[in-house]
Amino acid sequence: MNYLLLIYSSEAEEAALDESALKKIVGEYTEFTKSIVQAGQFKAGDRLKPVSTASTVRVRNGKTAVTDGPFAETREQLGGYYLVEAKNLDEATAIAARIPGARYGSIEVRPIWSMS
Amino acid sequence: MLATLIRLLGDFDLAEEARQEAFAAAVEQWPLQGTPSNPRAWLISTGRNRMVDRIRRDIVFRTKIADRQFGSVLDDSAVEEGFDDETIFGDDRLRLIFTCCHPALNTEAQVALTLREVCGLPTQAVARAFLVNEETMAQRLVRAKKKIRDAGIPYETPAAAVLDERIEGVLAVIYGVFTEGYAATAGDDLIDVELCGEAIRLGRLLDALLPNNAGVIGLLALMLLHDARRRSRVSDTGDVILLDDQDRSRWDAAEIAEGLLLVDRALSMRGGLSPYAVQAAIAALHARASDRGATDWPQIVGLYEVLLRLQPTPVIELNHAVAVSMVDGSARALALVDSLAARGGVTQYHLLHAARARFLQQLGRLEEARDAYQTALNMTALEPERRLLAARIAGLYRDSCEASGGA
Repeated sequence: MNYLLLIYSSEAEEAALDESALKKIVGEYTEFTKSIVQAGQFKAGDRLKPVSTASTVRVRNGKTAVTDGPFAETREQLGGYYLVEAKNLDEATAIAARIPGARYGSIEVRPIWSMS
Repeated sequence: MLATLIRLLGDFDLAEEARQEAFAAAVEQWPLQGTPSNPRAWLISTGRNRMVDRIRRDIVFRTKIADRQFGSVLDDSAVEEGFDDETIFGDDRLRLIFTCCHPALNTEAQVALTLREVCGLPTQAVARAFLVNEETMAQRLVRAKKKIRDAGIPYETPAAAVLDERIEGVLAVIYGVFTEGYAATAGDDLIDVELCGEAIRLGRLLDALLPNNAGVIGLLALMLLHDARRRSRVSDTGDVILLDDQDRSRWDAAEIAEGLLLVDRALSMRGGLSPYAVQAAIAALHARASDRGATDWPQIVGLYEVLLRLQPTPVIELNHAVAVSMVDGSARALALVDSLAARGGVTQYHLLHAARARFLQQLGRLEEARDAYQTALNMTALEPERRLLAARIAGLYRDSCEASGGA
């Protein structure tokens, strides 16, 4: 089964980190990504630009509206994702628990509809 | 049998239908062909085969269950012959328990699923136990099973690395069932004996499947020691009788004996102290005392302090304060409860206000005691408790009348 792991964390808290702490986290992400690639679990993954760069699109009654910002203001913001292949939910949550962001943010684990 | 069918068919509902089909087939065939030498194996095999046939041949049925994934279910070579092995059944039952208590399901769903699938209670009984109507409970079960399917919750015993955490989750569900049965949160009856019995049965099953686990044994001891008191906790008119006033001759000696043995075992086991075992040790001290006066309160206070280090919850702090009142007096206990209340987050707990009221009453501060009892009464929906609190308030007025010399 494929799962999307959505990485949420507080951008405000992250902005308060100093340079060396940030470098450390980046290093941890690199290690983590390498490990799930080697394990054959990695399918995709990206870091997203901050929520200040977000725009939201809604089409209603044929009219397209583009607005500044994320779809909703939240305490933690979506900062990145991994698309992984895992045998079942337990394997997916075990992967999610190893994501560096899990230690100070939240990782939402969403199963993907299989189109078969 | 259900647990094994769930493993073979990978789905709760299919397993239940398979079981029904198996029984139907048995009713038809056994009178004619005689009872098979291994009835359980026959039933499982028949049930499984019939469902697999339906899946393969019945297009309408396949459409109905379209969201299930079949994988190895249809693979006949994956099915082992001869379901003779008790170990396999044990493993299947353990898998079932862990699946029903999976942390990705919310607590209500875990409890409902466990009662329905592990204990085999009919949906209506589970609904009644939690004071919701049958339709609501049925929906809760449907959603839980859907989450298991859609999210890929595995039908497996957890990996060693997370086993201890997952066992904690199962114990929490079992204890939740027990406490609901022991002191219901609403309605007319204080005790639902059936739920307590189910919880104890679950505890024994878990002990049989996962022997020598301090938490399991501690929980079983705790439940037995509490359950032993059930006949003395409620009067014939359905009123609450508190521990101090209980007729100890009505306590179940056999349950107490078993509970005491289990407490000793749990406390002497390596691997850390289980909060359930400590709570059981406290219950054991009550059980060993021939009456209120003979209770070893100082030791109970000590045990609560151990428990607070393991599990610093408001409920335990409150119980600690009550024990302290028996050793150091009401003023000290009141101070502890007030400090607990001041820290916030626990104001909706009626027993906190009832305890405050009791201490205030003991200190002669009757006006404040009345207010506190009233606050407690306003917070509880359980009829027997409301009656008890109302009686306490009435008793206060009686006291204050006598104190002022009135008639």
